[in-house]
Amino acid sequence: MSLLEVDDIEVRYGAIRALKGVSFHVEEGEVVALLGANGAGKTTTQKTVSGMMRPSLGEIRFDGERIDGVPAHTLIHKGICHVPEGRRVFPRMSVLENLEMGAFRFKTHDEAVLDRVFELFPRLKERVKQLGGTLSGGEQQMLAIGRALMGKPRLLLLDEPSMGLAPLVVQQIFEIIREINDDGVTVLVVEQNATQALGLADRGYVLETGEVVLSGTGAELLADDRIRAAYLGEEIAH
Amino acid sequence: MNWLQNLPDYLVLGLTRGSMYALVALGYTLVYGVLQLINFAHSEVFMAGAFGSYLVVSQLAPGEHGFLGASMIVLAGLLTGAIVSALIAWTLELVAYKPLRQRGAPKLAFLISAIGMSFFLVQLFGKLFNRFSGNPFPENYLDKNAPVLELGGVTVTRIQVIIIVAALLTMILLDRIVNGTKLGRSIRAVAEDAPTAALMGINIDRTISRTFLIGGALAGVAGFLFGQAFGFGNTMGFDQGVKAFAAAVLGGIGNLRGAMMGGLLLGIVEAIVPPLPFIGIEWTDVVAFVVLVAILVFRPTGLLGEKLGRAA
Repeated sequence: MSLLEVDDIEVRYGAIRALKGVSFHVEEGEVVALLGANGAGKTTTQKTVSGMMRPSLGEIRFDGERIDGVPAHTLIHKGICHVPEGRRVFPRMSVLENLEMGAFRFKTHDEAVLDRVFELFPRLKERVKQLGGTLSGGEQQMLAIGRALMGKPRLLLLDEPSMGLAPLVVQQIFEIIREINDDGVTVLVVEQNATQALGLADRGYVLETGEVVLSGTGAELLADDRIRAAYLGEEIAH
Repeated sequence: MNWLQNLPDYLVLGLTRGSMYALVALGYTLVYGVLQLINFAHSEVFMAGAFGSYLVVSQLAPGEHGFLGASMIVLAGLLTGAIVSALIAWTLELVAYKPLRQRGAPKLAFLISAIGMSFFLVQLFGKLFNRFSGNPFPENYLDKNAPVLELGGVTVTRIQVIIIVAALLTMILLDRIVNGTKLGRSIRAVAEDAPTAALMGINIDRTISRTFLIGGALAGVAGFLFGQAFGFGNTMGFDQGVKAFAAAVLGGIGNLRGAMMGGLLLGIVEAIVPPLPFIGIEWTDVVAFVVLVAILVFRPTGLLGEKLGRAA
């Protein structure tokens, strides 16, 4: 049984069908990447998995249990932690308060997890008292990931962790995602940066206008001509 | 000059009025924080607290009471005011706002709903309790105008001490709740970013309900204090409500310290400016709003308000 099974889901924004029957699965311990251009439905897919959106058709199962339509604030108790698009740190809370928010589902936060977060992101430890809104983009991304880790995820959803960050910082973030995965956390990452994502991922799915058009292992997809043309070509051109 | 001689008295008066504005202003600002909505029925939540506490205090007050007994009656008044107003505010949210929120109604619908509830509550309390509203709060148990402190010609009366101390303690308690409890943390998180708060495991609907409970309780405390000091009636909310709303805007809507500051400032300005020889106390309300407008011209977000925008 897969940890996460997404089975033919359809999601609508009013009359517009954003997802037209998307299916994929994530095995325990894997890193899976969802790739695609803007508007392909990657973020919508992730939001539907984390309970921020409700599918109009289809099923989502986590650990064999139906979770489609379960609201986000309940889903986190199953260990699905979502780092949303744009990081969304709480701007007027300190770094420490932001991290504590991530552990909101527990009575108190786990000191061992907090230590691990500071080990992964020493920058955050230096800035515990600083307000979230005053951090740089890269630091905010670290804080958002650290905050999600505080919730002790079994499945970590990352939405465009590389967005708006300098190449060096992107590299650093992806190395840390690798470490988090080595700690035993399953990762579903949405990315436009296909090279980085596929370098990290065990498997990937390519979305186009709300449908899965291609899937395979990270290496297969990296070698696929269509991927090279559609995504990597674009990046070389930059 | 007479005005200068009386200034300390005016300041005490201003502090007294201002603390009540602050308590009510906090309710506007708390709700605005989580819903970006001005709860225009909040003035009636305040009014309900005065009625609720009157019903209890008028039962307890007759007879002889020592200091301890009288303190207990005051405490009972504060608590019933807080409980009645909290329940009214909670119900208000449940029947007038939550259904609209769940249907994704536009902001204007909330506004109409708020105004409707405000009229409804004024009429309801008028119909149900009109026979009381001519009555004053019992005073014998309290001897409210007895001087407590006399410092260099300033007299501070019992009721003034009660108002200032009760308001201060209530605001300290609020600060503890907001900054020191999980409930407070969830209110702040929803105010800053509701969808993300939900991702942390916070039930947004429940947090909103509880915010109304807290804001209501603060207004109820003010309702009792105001009723005991100046009397009460089903239409008492309008004037206080408008002023307290102004105070919340003055301080920066959504900001708790701002609401406290705005309330105190408005109370003090109202007390010290109109008695100036060339103005006159009949201009009190004009002075209050001239100050409000003047401050907003220079600081459109209020004294402690900040531009609410996410840092990139």
